[in-house]
Amino acid sequence: MAVGRIWVVTESSGGVASPAGLELLAAARRLAPVVEAVHWGGDAAEVAAVLGGHGATRILTVGDLEGALPAVPVAAALAARIEASGPPDAVFLTASYDQRDLAGRLSARLDRPVLTNAVGVTEGADGLLAEHAAFGGSTVVRARITAPPPHLFVFRPRTFAAEAAGGPPADVEVLAVPDTGAAGAATIVHRHVAERAGPALDEASVVVAGGRGLGDPSRFGLIEQLARRLGGAPAGTRAVVDAGWVPYSYQVGQTGTTVKPTVYLACGISGATQHLVGMKGARHIVAINKDRDAPIFGVADLGVVGDVTKVLPRLLEALDARDDRGGTQ
Amino acid sequence: MEWVGEYAGMKVAVCVKQIPDPATPGRLDPTTNTLVRDGKLILDDSDAYGVEMGLQLVDAAGGGEVVLVSMAPHRETGGLRTALAMGADRAVLVSDDALAGSDALGTAKVLAAAIRPLGADLVLAATESTDGYTGTTPVQLAELLGLPSVTFAKRVELEGGGLRVRRQTEAGYDEVTCPLPALVTVTAGVVEPRYPSFKGIMGAKNKPVDVHTVADLGLDPAAAGWSGARQVIVDVAPSEQRRAGEVVEDQGDAHQAIIRFLEQIKVL
Repeated sequence: MAVGRIWVVTESSGGVASPAGLELLAAARRLAPVVEAVHWGGDAAEVAAVLGGHGATRILTVGDLEGALPAVPVAAALAARIEASGPPDAVFLTASYDQRDLAGRLSARLDRPVLTNAVGVTEGADGLLAEHAAFGGSTVVRARITAPPPHLFVFRPRTFAAEAAGGPPADVEVLAVPDTGAAGAATIVHRHVAERAGPALDEASVVVAGGRGLGDPSRFGLIEQLARRLGGAPAGTRAVVDAGWVPYSYQVGQTGTTVKPTVYLACGISGATQHLVGMKGARHIVAINKDRDAPIFGVADLGVVGDVTKVLPRLLEALDARDDRGGTQ
Repeated sequence: MEWVGEYAGMKVAVCVKQIPDPATPGRLDPTTNTLVRDGKLILDDSDAYGVEMGLQLVDAAGGGEVVLVSMAPHRETGGLRTALAMGADRAVLVSDDALAGSDALGTAKVLAAAIRPLGADLVLAATESTDGYTGTTPVQLAELLGLPSVTFAKRVELEGGGLRVRRQTEAGYDEVTCPLPALVTVTAGVVEPRYPSFKGIMGAKNKPVDVHTVADLGLDPAAAGWSGARQVIVDVAPSEQRRAGEVVEDQGDAHQAIIRFLEQIKVL
């Protein structure tokens, strides 16, 4: 069953396309001859060149949503487009806040199942096979949808590498939004952008993460300091997020953000499968933990058996001293 | 405060999942390739936040009702009793062998059928379960019920006859207003779930749990369970494993090993 057409959901802001959509365009292009981008916001014309350059021949845009949360109007517009002109074989989405909502809305509206948390996709004899990491990533489960198209897949961010294809700017097709009634009534009245000194967690090349081994929320300052010192992003486990030490946006793991930095420093983290699945893609892993048998040491390139509350202050001090000497020792 | 009147008698339905204890390792059934769900089920930790939020909002509304809604095999109520002990008023449980193998959409259809007759002003759920973490069921449910939804709520307040919600975003958070009835999913840590008191635990034993089958709810059995899922697991294989590297004991000098490592990989 050859795949003919894939819709890739993209997000953009102020004319800048987010990397996740470009990653999915690269994957979709390898699987289908026709790849089209789904878009909302007022900047379709501005992103036509970059989306076209990454393989989209057309942008299906819902336009400016004027503060409405996107999932309901975008799902309604796509359903109407499918009603009028037929479905694509598949829709690829990223596990972002808005697109997880969109996946749910589309699935229920079209009465189609959705496969989420995919970390890969291949073409099988009977259609697309989505790969899922199970049991902390020790197992790969491949699944296929047997319902009629469109087949909905939600991928974890950073699953694929974005790659320009050199195509011309994409055509822009504006989709009308049908009346969404009460379901479409949630409205954004204010957008708060958190002040962030360093890089975004999912884009940082260095991630310094703290777990319950820190013992006390006040010691999370050590994680923040080391992240700042290395030009990286601070992060936490589900345990410290649940305990209220840091906000949800810090969370790395199965529930939370997936990161693929150059180096991941796991500080006071035992390595529960819930956590490992979100960080095992790091190129290098350094772990500090008191318990020699902690699972985190099974994936670490360098493991330090020790008290993180003692090692981190010494590490910060040594980095300062190293700076004063002007570089390598 | 006039808003108290506006919300008086507010009915909150809280979706809760009863899951195998996450502390015990999961496994797949070798013939069906789905998670094995035998043994005792407990309240998913993620759902304790929704239960707490429901209790607090009903308090703020000046009274009302918190109804738990759950789908579980074998008329399992272990997790429901925990949430009832926290203070929820009653529970609706859908339990039917025909539901085995249900996917997220099938589950949403079942929950929608169970919630529709309640006439809830607000439906609360976790952002995703701890065991399956598909994370789409609540929004599928909202679509089936024709409700607006606000997901990833960090804060929920009653305002102007509706809700004002802080919704987590990649950049920070959005302030979102939403009329009622609505569905909201709450992130972990949004409120501090109370511990059930002794009185609560004793009282929970006598709180009503209505158990429904698929037929009771007027659902087509083909819409849920294995056949309704319309997806199959093709194969299961071990993934490429990372190999453990060097492990050193800290003798007061381990920070030097870390610095050398960071230099080697050119992070320093």
